Amino acid sequence: MSFMQINDLKVHYPIRGGFFNRIVDHVYAVDGVTMELERGKAYGLVGESGCGKSTTGKSIVGLEKISSGSIIYEGENVTNRRRDRSSSFNRDIQMIFQDSTSAMNPRKRVKDILAEPIRNFLNLTPQEESKKISELLEIVGMPEDAKIKYPHEFSGGQKQRLGIARAMATNPKLIIADEPVSALDLSVQAQVLNFMKDIQNEYGLSYLFISHDLGVVKHMCDYINIMYKGRFVETGTRHDIYNNPQHIYTKRLLSAIPDVTPVGREERKRERIEVEKHYQQEQAKYFDENGRVFDLSPISTTHFVATASSIALVKEGI
Amino acid sequence: MKTSQELLNIKNLHTGFRIGDTYFDAVDDVSLTLGKNEILAIVGESGCGKSTLATSIVGLHDHNKTRIQGEILFKNKNLARMTEDEFNEVRGLEIGMIFQDPLSALNPLMRIGEQIEESLIYHTNLTKEQRRERVLELLNQVGIPNPSRVARQFPHQLSGGMRQRVIIAIAISCKPQIIVADEPTTALDVTIQAQILDLLIELQKETGAGIILITHDLGVVAEVADRVAVMYAGQIIELASVEELFTNPKHPYTRSLFNSIPQMNSEDEKLNVIEGIVPSLLKLPRTGCRFAPRIPWIPASAHEANPQLHEISEGHFVRCSCYKNFYFAGEEGGQTS
Repeated sequence: MSFMQINDLKVHYPIRGGFFNRIVDHVYAVDGVTMELERGKAYGLVGESGCGKSTTGKSIVGLEKISSGSIIYEGENVTNRRRDRSSSFNRDIQMIFQDSTSAMNPRKRVKDILAEPIRNFLNLTPQEESKKISELLEIVGMPEDAKIKYPHEFSGGQKQRLGIARAMATNPKLIIADEPVSALDLSVQAQVLNFMKDIQNEYGLSYLFISHDLGVVKHMCDYINIMYKGRFVETGTRHDIYNNPQHIYTKRLLSAIPDVTPVGREERKRERIEVEKHYQQEQAKYFDENGRVFDLSPISTTHFVATASSIALVKEGI
Repeated sequence: MKTSQELLNIKNLHTGFRIGDTYFDAVDDVSLTLGKNEILAIVGESGCGKSTLATSIVGLHDHNKTRIQGEILFKNKNLARMTEDEFNEVRGLEIGMIFQDPLSALNPLMRIGEQIEESLIYHTNLTKEQRRERVLELLNQVGIPNPSRVARQFPHQLSGGMRQRVIIAIAISCKPQIIVADEPTTALDVTIQAQILDLLIELQKETGAGIILITHDLGVVAEVADRVAVMYAGQIIELASVEELFTNPKHPYTRSLFNSIPQMNSEDEKLNVIEGIVPSLLKLPRTGCRFAPRIPWIPASAHEANPQLHEISEGHFVRCSCYKNFYFAGEEGGQTS
């Protein structure tokens, strides 16, 4: 049973211009995103830069104004109360940012950085607060003396772990992770990903994992949404997406991922060029006359593809 | 693997940065060769010295704070000993460079055409008309649609992929024999990355240039490289052909790296984590196996006192003997760490 529904979420930025700086048009950054989130599951949001994936994440936590659509959290409409401290939504949804260095105040010590959400939401005495911070540091595997240090004294992977500790402070239900590992080296990335999986299993967290790295998303997520121009072009379980991609954009994205085996690379290159050619030719069929992505239609119980009804899809048992 | 047509031969290169009064070698005794028609990938994590190696080859380091020892032989000339004036004759003409961030590598106030023309003005005697023609030819060659319009545009009017194409056009404008590409696709989306890599391979086939590709992305390496050098803490720790390295990695560091890639079929498995952190330049132990502190479960006797590169099969070099006794923590025969 899903605990959170996002219905037809839209974020439009006005473009001003002309006489008196009137609004002449809009940028449709997020243009009709619908999602259901279940407890303990990880959801991937994948797309190229500028497709609206980060805007989607930010608008859910309330860092971005929503133009239309609604967010239902545990049966309650929280669309306009996302930043309302009396609502549990604000406490239960936390975010991890891509660049942990700029996400932390360089003039605050770690204990004050971690205490911020605690002071905002939990109302603890100083002793309890200190205990809670020690617990958090233990969860992310950092030594006790990290408390009195400043963010610049840590390496990239450690800082990202502190970012996770801060997000964990209020015992959230959902963590929105916006490219949490793309600034990290491979071995450190592995460390952070392992760790995120561990705490997910232990605390029954849900993740909304925003990334452009399909390898990472496949490793982490149960469900994957492929996004293009502010809309989903294909959603499904990771097996649906990777083994049976239907939308031409998904196919193109998958074919472009470099494989870590040099064997057969000539063949992969030919395939990739083939897919790209196909994409250029067939593109028009997959988008409507305004270049907008079609609405999603189901091809199995979990797998949805955005297509016009004119294109025959391989149906999977329905 | 010594190719008969050797373009570049780096011998015992040390590049050190001055901190206070001492120099700390970021590149520590690196020897490499680059052949004609070859793509040599240099991989490693941040801080391993791969970019320092690149800037040493193209001579873009700060002369007051850097000390270069050893030889970089190119056409019987030692690039490491060249003065700035001498280097200006080589850089751009015979050695091209592609940078990671195409936006900061382009001048925001100059039109694309002028920027490509710059090196043509400096290095060639072409007339104005010939240069214009060459610019359009280059833009066409790197797959930019409508070259005459793009030549009049400014960098901010182009997308990231297009900008990187312009950078490549500048790099190949004088038909260099060597192209040094420092993370050319890191700032780009996967679909664009694939296009740029395909373009690089295509251009290399046309011109026969040797490419030094610096990257941290093992996927990119697998797709394009002929030969791979893995760097750790300023040293090359493994060097082999791409097939050999990916099917038969030997050094503990290389093997650990491969195990930490979230692969398409790794799904719910745990990723391998390398213990500890990359040592900083200042605290780097200059003797013994530099990777030893990160595999503490391997006994000290397995390492060499002064690790050397050993050729274990033709063209496959591994540093230190610890690879022979290496196993992952928790594996059979291993103690739990």
